[in-house]
Amino acid sequence: MVAESPSQDSAPVAHLTDGHRPPGRVVDVGFRLLAMLAGFSVLIILGLIAFSTTHTAWPAFSKEGIHFFTSTTWDVPKQRFGALAFIGGTLLVSAIALVFAVPVSIGLALFITEIAPGKLRRWIVTVVDLLAAVPSVVYGLWGLLVVAPKIIGFYKDLASDFAHVPILNTLLSGRPLSGVSFMTAGLVVGLMITPIITSITREVFVTVPTAQKEAAVALGATRWEMIRGAVFPHSRGGIVGAVLIGLGRAMGETIAVVLLIGSSTELTGRLFSPGETMASVIVNQFGEAQDLYRAALVGLGVALFAITIIIGVIARGLVARVEARAGGA
Amino acid sequence: MTTFLRRNALVPLAAVILVLAAACGSSGSGKPAATGPGGSTSAKLPATTLKGSGSSFQDPFDEEVFRDFTTDAQPNVTVNYNPAGSGQGQTDLEGQLVDFAGSDSLVVPGDVTKFKGGAFLYIPIVSAPITISYNLSGVTKLTLSAATIAKIFSTKITKWDASEIAADNPGVTLPSTSITVVHRSDGSGTTNNFTTYLTQAAASDWTLGSGKTVNWASSTIGAAKNAGVAGKIKSTDGAIGYVDFADATLAQLSVASVKNSAGTAVPPTLAGATAAMAAATVTADVTVSPMNASGPDAYPITSPTYIIVYAKQTSHAQGTALKALLEYVLDAGQSKAEALNFAALPPALLAKAKAQVDKIVVP
Repeated sequence: MVAESPSQDSAPVAHLTDGHRPPGRVVDVGFRLLAMLAGFSVLIILGLIAFSTTHTAWPAFSKEGIHFFTSTTWDVPKQRFGALAFIGGTLLVSAIALVFAVPVSIGLALFITEIAPGKLRRWIVTVVDLLAAVPSVVYGLWGLLVVAPKIIGFYKDLASDFAHVPILNTLLSGRPLSGVSFMTAGLVVGLMITPIITSITREVFVTVPTAQKEAAVALGATRWEMIRGAVFPHSRGGIVGAVLIGLGRAMGETIAVVLLIGSSTELTGRLFSPGETMASVIVNQFGEAQDLYRAALVGLGVALFAITIIIGVIARGLVARVEARAGGA
Repeated sequence: MTTFLRRNALVPLAAVILVLAAACGSSGSGKPAATGPGGSTSAKLPATTLKGSGSSFQDPFDEEVFRDFTTDAQPNVTVNYNPAGSGQGQTDLEGQLVDFAGSDSLVVPGDVTKFKGGAFLYIPIVSAPITISYNLSGVTKLTLSAATIAKIFSTKITKWDASEIAADNPGVTLPSTSITVVHRSDGSGTTNNFTTYLTQAAASDWTLGSGKTVNWASSTIGAAKNAGVAGKIKSTDGAIGYVDFADATLAQLSVASVKNSAGTAVPPTLAGATAAMAAATVTADVTVSPMNASGPDAYPITSPTYIIVYAKQTSHAQGTALKALLEYVLDAGQSKAEALNFAALPPALLAKAKAQVDKIVVP
């Protein structure tokens, strides 16, 4: 009903001006074109990037075929380019970052929106936003010069404590055990993506209708029950979106990772081993690379692009399914 | 922190400070500049900007010598050098984006035709030893043969008390510490030179080939740039790596003497590098390969570095300034090399390098 009223209004106005087009119409069409241009330009630019990088990387893809994605041999003098170790490294570092960043971010966002008193809340929000503004090279240098030398003792303790526990003895070890490793890179990247995930989840939590929260409390829910029953169901999609943006940042993070990863080509689950990610290999080796070697490095960029999209699509699909189920119940 | 930041931040900062200092003091010292070195270039050239890019290995030398050139000899000329790496320098020169390229490696035959400006000339400027630096508590003197170095860096030897290392070092008590091999994580001319040496001197023990990046064993650690490798060695007991002479000296690392092909253990020194350059054969295009050179005093892992320019210059002003710069590098620059941890060219090679500069045609 409400939606109809403007069109009813506009008809008499058009009639009144008697043949003259209302100036609003022209602006409206112009605005629509501009908005469309903006919308499509993103798609077009993305498409062109995908095309030109794939085109540049094609010599490497066509030479290696599926081995580009399934082989761990990256041997430049022999011109063999298998990216699996780097793909594994990217996923491992991102996973570590998310494991640490997601609980902290959600907890922080809940604290800010539900628990912290007003004054403290403003302070925390300012500090978190400040963390997001620190350049990644600063995080990287801090990790390299402060974290890595100190944390290696902790790694050694963990490795010896869990030396006889199956699975954990592989996970919590390194060959060689090193301060610069998947774990250090993951921890620092986790810290880097925490402000982003926190900010977005906080915005999402704020949109939960007060009426719903009050209803939960009125029914006798404790604060935690209110959060679980009213805040979380309402924000599920938003939280996943926030985590995805954080994941994208973690997968593409370059400078901090380059400083903290230790450069070793190995597909491994040993968290304290030095490794490489796709982004770190590109920045490490691109400057001196030529011909097929350069094509292979661009290929890593294409692979990173593709994997980010695949993970995004899968996550969106999961959310849609969960929300559909929750809505049906 | 300072070791890591040195290249990135402190050098330009120091450059700015020194330029300012020079500018302030120029009113008092204007006279000696006019009668500066390089007699043929004493006439002041008009304002010109020369652009170069390439080797980061020669950058500390270039920074200092180019600055002296633009303050003492040719105050109207500006020289910008971007140490983006030898490969980048060659690519930039191919497309005529720069007036000269710094390079530690020669242009591969397949790329020669890509140079838009036609024939180009190599001008060797300095050389420097690549050190085998290590950190092993209790050991201050270490000698290694090429075969042992190859076995260490390909992780066939993993402990410091291995029989091969002991055989190279009679009388030295070696601990059983694990060896941590540190290599460059970025593509690097230093890696290329080091692995080229191993391919030549220890062919049977070195199987990783040579190149700006090689397939290091997974139990090794990479670090960015020479300064990064030096820092990693410094902070890790049992570490060993290859580091250029300037960074090893700056980080005060312990360096191993290397047995050359004459069987003598030679420590990495500038004199050893010059001896290796003198012992190496010079090709027709004035390139030298001093790797594994045969002289008794020659340090076997020595890397030359070149400036590459087009033989036919297209602009009179740029060409004249470029020639003046190169003459300065091969004249006054040579005497500054040692203080900057680079080895001056031996006399015979220097004469050939100067002859190369004379070949440059300026319209």
